[in-house]
Amino acid sequence: MAGAVLAGALREALAAAVVAAGLALPLLGFRLVDSSQGLSLGTRLDWVAWAALAVGLGRFLLTLSRRLRPASPRHRPSAGAVPAQADRLRPWAGWALAGLAVTLPFLPFADRNLVDKATLVLIYVMLGWGLNIVVGLAGLLDLGFVAFYAVGAYSYALLSTGLGWSFWICLPLAGLFAAGFGVALGFPVLRLRGDYLAIVTLGFGEIVRVVLQNWQDLTGGPNGISAIPRPTLFGLRFAANAPEGHRTFADFFGLPFSGEHRVIFLYFVILGLALLTNLFTLRIRRLPVGRAWEALREDEIACRSLGLNPTNIKLSAFALGAMFAGFAGSFFATRQGFISPESFTFIESAVILAIVVLGGMGSQIGVVLAALLLVGLPEWFRDLQQYRMLAFGGAMVLIMLWKPSGLLSDRSPTIRLGDRR
Amino acid sequence: MTAAPLLEVEHVTMRFGGLIAVNDLSFQAGRNSITAVIGPNGAGKTTLFNCITGFYRPQVGRMALHHPSGPVLLERLDDHRIAARGRVARTFQNIRLFTRMSVLENLIVAQHRTLMAASGFSLAGLLGLPVYRRAEARAVDKARFWLDKTGLAAFADDEAGSLPYGSQRRLEIARAMCTDPLLLCLDEPAAGLNPRESAELNRLLLDIRDEQRIGLLLIEHDMSVVMGISDRVVVLDHGAKIAEGTPDEVRRDPAVIRAYLGEPEDEEARPC
Ligand SMILES: Nc1ncnc2c1ncn2[C@@H]1O[C@H](COP(=O)(O)OP(=O)(O)OP(=O)(O)O)[C@@H](O)[C@H]1O
Ligand SMILES: [Mg+2]
Repeated sequence: MAGAVLAGALREALAAAVVAAGLALPLLGFRLVDSSQGLSLGTRLDWVAWAALAVGLGRFLLTLSRRLRPASPRHRPSAGAVPAQADRLRPWAGWALAGLAVTLPFLPFADRNLVDKATLVLIYVMLGWGLNIVVGLAGLLDLGFVAFYAVGAYSYALLSTGLGWSFWICLPLAGLFAAGFGVALGFPVLRLRGDYLAIVTLGFGEIVRVVLQNWQDLTGGPNGISAIPRPTLFGLRFAANAPEGHRTFADFFGLPFSGEHRVIFLYFVILGLALLTNLFTLRIRRLPVGRAWEALREDEIACRSLGLNPTNIKLSAFALGAMFAGFAGSFFATRQGFISPESFTFIESAVILAIVVLGGMGSQIGVVLAALLLVGLPEWFRDLQQYRMLAFGGAMVLIMLWKPSGLLSDRSPTIRLGDRR
Repeated sequence: MTAAPLLEVEHVTMRFGGLIAVNDLSFQAGRNSITAVIGPNGAGKTTLFNCITGFYRPQVGRMALHHPSGPVLLERLDDHRIAARGRVARTFQNIRLFTRMSVLENLIVAQHRTLMAASGFSLAGLLGLPVYRRAEARAVDKARFWLDKTGLAAFADDEAGSLPYGSQRRLEIARAMCTDPLLLCLDEPAAGLNPRESAELNRLLLDIRDEQRIGLLLIEHDMSVVMGISDRVVVLDHGAKIAEGTPDEVRRDPAVIRAYLGEPEDEEARPC
């Protein structure tokens, strides 16, 4: 029995090692040697061997652990079984995370760098929460979400540089524009599902980027828009000295000027926006619209048979998801002070989608964890330099093995008969 | 049958390319009664339901549902409007629940339109206004009523997909009833049920007929259900009506017996 298991595991390990060797040969096996005679091709077959060995060993251990513990439930726990425990943990974890987020800038170890990176993570948390409405709740696979982020960013950039409107006026407008684009995308794709929807949304994302890139007169083309005004706190500026008729934040509160003020202020702005997104989503999940989104994800035909109009449901999901991306976009523009089409490539859409999927499709806290993992970790591990992406890829593989349906994939009902919300 | 019919189907024909799935079919279904639609596999029963509930649009024919306020022509409405405006609800041959939502949520989603209006298209709901909370409480009450009726109250907070098969069938009926229909169309509700569950189902359907006083249209292969509870039976074969009457009349009808047992000269041509 044990012998058979061992032999089986060895066989699988061998197969995996062969595949790994085949893949590693072109990727790792050769390198360019820069010698006095010019470039030549060198080999490093030892690397290939190491890679194959590592993969083979990993596969061996994995197979062994699985075979010896065949009862371990690898699928989603069905309702009734586990959620009770998760339910109790969930609100607690949410409040703990929120508390940590609010106090973060004042913690002893928080320096400017950390707060700045936390701001970046929060942008992605917010984008993830926005996309969660579309993908996680309504089940509409959207690969062009970055388009709405771009619309929000350019709306703010153009309105503020062109008309001189303040961030706080432009923010809702940017959200509205993005929502408008969400509806504009929603109409043509109403009949599409799954793969087809993904392809069209992907195309939509690219169209928006290409338009931004080529509409020189309006968007500045590849040069983008620079000198985007920073947000103010009720008219107080975060700068060393204010122009005539304005005051600075440091001056008003009698503090010595410090660049950190602005970083912390921006952090709180995005934290506020993100929490607003979260509250909104948590709330709307319990409303008819939110339940209709989830019902649509589960079965569109059943929805129709119950008198739910799929058009309205899909459009509202696209519009609201896009609105939050628009908010995040205008925040991004004001934080960077400069935007160009390069910030809105497909890879951004992919990262946001990865955050939602990794988080466990529909789970709000899952999105936070996934954003920390996907955006935060690579930032913190910049020291690893070229191995950063390798570590990142390895982490992804491990997570997919350990949690194939996302970090937090169980959902708790939005309403209960036994009044224990 | 009682005086004015609830549903009038007149000359409905549904073709898929060359195949005529429903062929010039006319019949009536009464208010406060159970009309069974039976027929061999592929006779066009589900297709007929899909026409009545708007999932297919028949090429020919008229389908009128007589509301107290006047007739509603079903063939002119989109599928989701039929449930809303026409007040026709249905279940599916292969159960279609919102499997990852809870049992209660399934019943609340069915009341979407009422709740949506009460939530002021989400505004009142977002603000948590009492108008909406009262409407939600009423929706839960209605859900609880149907949970009790279908014996699912104990599982209200469980995932719908985790229920046993028979319970899922009953939940689908409860969900359809939560839309307040005038006509309930059931596509093989007894399929896959054991005899005890099947008897329970009979009682549930009779209850619905007698207490809600609505019309039921029932596709069924299980003859104990059909003969036990239906007031009228319509028999289809190859898309056409071959018999209609009370269960007893239909049972004795030679055309029906032929359709089910096969005509001797037809046997090689059409193996069942
Ligand atoms: N969408 C469709 N496209 C093409 N043909 C169809 C379609 N739907 C049904 N049909 C055909 O119409 C005929 C009637 O099918 P239908 O599903 O209505 O039968 P049924 O009476 O419900 O049978 P069963 O008892 O097996 O459920 C069959 O020949 C079927 O193949
Ligand atoms: Mg059928």
